[in-house]
Amino acid sequence: MHVMRFMFFLLLSCCSQWVSATLPIQHWQTPAGTQVYFIESRDLPILDVSVDFNAGSSTDTADKSGRAGLSLHLLSLGAGGLTEDQIAKGLADVGAQLGAHFDQDRAGVTLRTLSSARERRQALDIFGRVVQRPEFAGDVLEREKARVIAGLKEADTKPGTIADRALMKMLYGNHPYGLRGSGEVGSVSGLQRDDLADFYRTRYTAGGAVIAIMGDVSRAEAAAIAESLTKELPQGKPADVLPEVIAPVPSVQKIAHPATQSHIVLAYPGLQRVDPDYFPLLVGNHILGGGGFTSRLMEEIRQKRGLAYSVHSHFAPLREKGPFEIGLQTRKEQSDEALVLTRKVLADFVVGGPTEKELVEAKQNIIGSFPLRIDSNKKIIGFLAMIGFYNLPLTYLEDYVKAVERVTVPQVKDAFQRRINPEGMVTVVVGAVAPK
Amino acid sequence: MMTFPSLPSLWTGLRSFAMLLALLLPGSLFANTAHTHEYTLANGLRLIVREDHRSPVVISQIWYKAGSIDEVNGVTGVAHVLEHMMFKGTKKIPGGEFSRRIAAAGGRENAFTSRDYTAYFQQLHKSRLPLAMELESDRMRNLILTEEEFTKEIQVVMEERRLRTDDQARSLVHEKLMAVSYQAHPYRHPIIGWMNDLENMTFLDAKAWYERWYAPNNAVLVVVGDVNPKEVFALAQKFYGPIKRGEPLPLDKRKPQIEPQQVGIKRLTVKAPAQLPYLMMVYHAPALRNPSTDWEPYALEMLAGVLDGNESARLNKTLVREQRIASSAGASYDSTARGPGMFYLNGTPSEGKTAVDLETALRAEVEKIVREGVTEEELARVKAQVVAAHVFQLDSMFFQAMEIGQLESIGLSYRDVDTILDKLKAVTAEQVRDVAKKYLKDDVLTVAVLDPQPLEQKAPSAPPPALRH
Repeated sequence: MHVMRFMFFLLLSCCSQWVSATLPIQHWQTPAGTQVYFIESRDLPILDVSVDFNAGSSTDTADKSGRAGLSLHLLSLGAGGLTEDQIAKGLADVGAQLGAHFDQDRAGVTLRTLSSARERRQALDIFGRVVQRPEFAGDVLEREKARVIAGLKEADTKPGTIADRALMKMLYGNHPYGLRGSGEVGSVSGLQRDDLADFYRTRYTAGGAVIAIMGDVSRAEAAAIAESLTKELPQGKPADVLPEVIAPVPSVQKIAHPATQSHIVLAYPGLQRVDPDYFPLLVGNHILGGGGFTSRLMEEIRQKRGLAYSVHSHFAPLREKGPFEIGLQTRKEQSDEALVLTRKVLADFVVGGPTEKELVEAKQNIIGSFPLRIDSNKKIIGFLAMIGFYNLPLTYLEDYVKAVERVTVPQVKDAFQRRINPEGMVTVVVGAVAPK
Repeated sequence: MMTFPSLPSLWTGLRSFAMLLALLLPGSLFANTAHTHEYTLANGLRLIVREDHRSPVVISQIWYKAGSIDEVNGVTGVAHVLEHMMFKGTKKIPGGEFSRRIAAAGGRENAFTSRDYTAYFQQLHKSRLPLAMELESDRMRNLILTEEEFTKEIQVVMEERRLRTDDQARSLVHEKLMAVSYQAHPYRHPIIGWMNDLENMTFLDAKAWYERWYAPNNAVLVVVGDVNPKEVFALAQKFYGPIKRGEPLPLDKRKPQIEPQQVGIKRLTVKAPAQLPYLMMVYHAPALRNPSTDWEPYALEMLAGVLDGNESARLNKTLVREQRIASSAGASYDSTARGPGMFYLNGTPSEGKTAVDLETALRAEVEKIVREGVTEEELARVKAQVVAAHVFQLDSMFFQAMEIGQLESIGLSYRDVDTILDKLKAVTAEQVRDVAKKYLKDDVLTVAVLDPQPLEQKAPSAPPPALRH
């Protein structure tokens, strides 16, 4: 069965574009209480599995910043009686690949393996131990802390990192979304084995886990895999206690740096994963600065004036309001000019909204490129995990296309005017020209 | 290390081993070559079509056999500059219109320049393949290069250079390492070009480059997706067929520019703003020329895999986890190139350790392999990864197209992938030891060290700059 061809094509009146829609997602709950999302696909002898937990960086506190990230990192460095070396060898021997993803909300581990019996069995056995029986050995923790701290010190010399870090602090203040995922030198230094073990016990629970499975196994096999990955997890479901995001105090921070370019970033609280303005803001941003070569920011900053190689605007939807961010880099001497122009492009867009032509073209691109977003197992399992984690409807992908199609010019204009205040942005310029 | 942001981008010269495996891996398990069809048009354009019917999409890539290797002093970077200029319009499709039409068709597009080639691609719904071919074939010969557009775009390229190289300490180390390791071969030049060459480049330089290299008989068109090969061939005939041949030199007629033998170790220090030192070592090594008779490049691939193919490979296990001399350590080798090959070792010393400590430790690992060889178990593990990575690659049309295009544009054939996989699987422990002994020698080694400089050179004891306003 060609899963990705399992789509309806419908001709849209306005765009005359092919659009996709439905994926055959199966959904159930394991005896331990874990939500499972599964798509059977027999085209390739590959199995992908991901397990996600409500254990992102927003579960950290300022004094324990880095705990969530380090916990995730240590899962595969000693688990279920296997040393880190045995885990790595055992996976490599069957060509399996372990991965992870991590953001403010989520911590997830992924496995990609051949679906043939020997390879799959060995890979899943090790994966099960990594997910359910991590050991957080003190010696390994000390070594990895030293590596993380070295990485932080290095990163904190880079203008892009300095800019992002300052920007998130200004945007979120004391909200946990302002904490850096990798932590800070001081907080990581203080983390102890018990911090990680306790965190794991309360956050990596069966009730809060979401499993996504995609590939060359049957429903019955998928059910057995899901069960084997959850039956030894700690019980319970962690409480969601994220405060609401409030608008920041508008401000500009200029930070000296010897780099030849200035890194300019601006931000404002943006989208929630479930948000009534989701589609107007998403489509609007495509026109403003999300749509590759054809966006307004790209046209004004790069194409017309050659001020920057890269300029973009972006919404990162999270459980609470994730950042709406604009970023570019330009030669120091022209950073003021570039910042003024960027602000103008944003302000003009918020005041005037998009043109009808821009909206039609943006929809054509977003809807028309939808098949490209689900053209591989890897991309699809990413959607499965996201749908599961945020408890979105199984028809999410189908709804997505329809919702984009329905967006109108007044909706975009109205949503931007209500949600994005150009005067209220926080701004960081790293590598500003030093005052004489 | 290969990322494709939504902008014309450089493909940096140094890739990770994992990436290499993915690119090298062939198709015997799933006999993908069986679903691959090749054609040559009368004007010399080569067309390779691979059927992949899992999803109703297609990727179309055109590869030109011209990269920074073909540049000469004074105009370094011109291959990449031209890549940027290719989006500036033709008589039929004015500036910006190319991207707008692809976007309106629900497509994605980009381009990349490497040492050996320059390539352009579109990914779209399969019904839009004719549009991609129409636009791409049009700009093969009809590009309008104006001084006005060039003057703006060269600024963008200089910003790109600042972003990717000048302000990135480790990129600078790599750039300067190449310039020292090679004395004569054009691999000594960065793909993006030296800044002074960019500052003095004119639209006529770009035009000359375009006229010399952009022709059907210097190109390979690769199409992968839910397509019928005969229909793709007919489309190619329609859009590319009428284009006249150019006079580009075929690969085997271009000057070989053989690098003079290195006769002693070379060392360099690079000072740049950073926190940690960084070490990069490179040995001259052979590249793959004849896939069925060569054996050394395969053994070198395996050597890199034994050193750094997985988390339990020697460098990570010994230097990072056991001895804790390094916070990271790696090895890589690139067998597929028009020019010579290189074998890299690199790493970051742990706090309290120096680049010298790390160099000593890396050399000790090499010497250990020369002395004691590698185990069958290690070798089997790397081979298992090679086989699996090949299967995983089939999940991506993009990488299937990359594999075909890369081999074809450096003078090999996509058909060689089967041979390459078989030969990789046949490498013996003895061969791995032999190539380590033969090629990882001081006389052909260049060592670069990053000497980190404080951000505020006058007041190193000041608080971190991020805390000041």
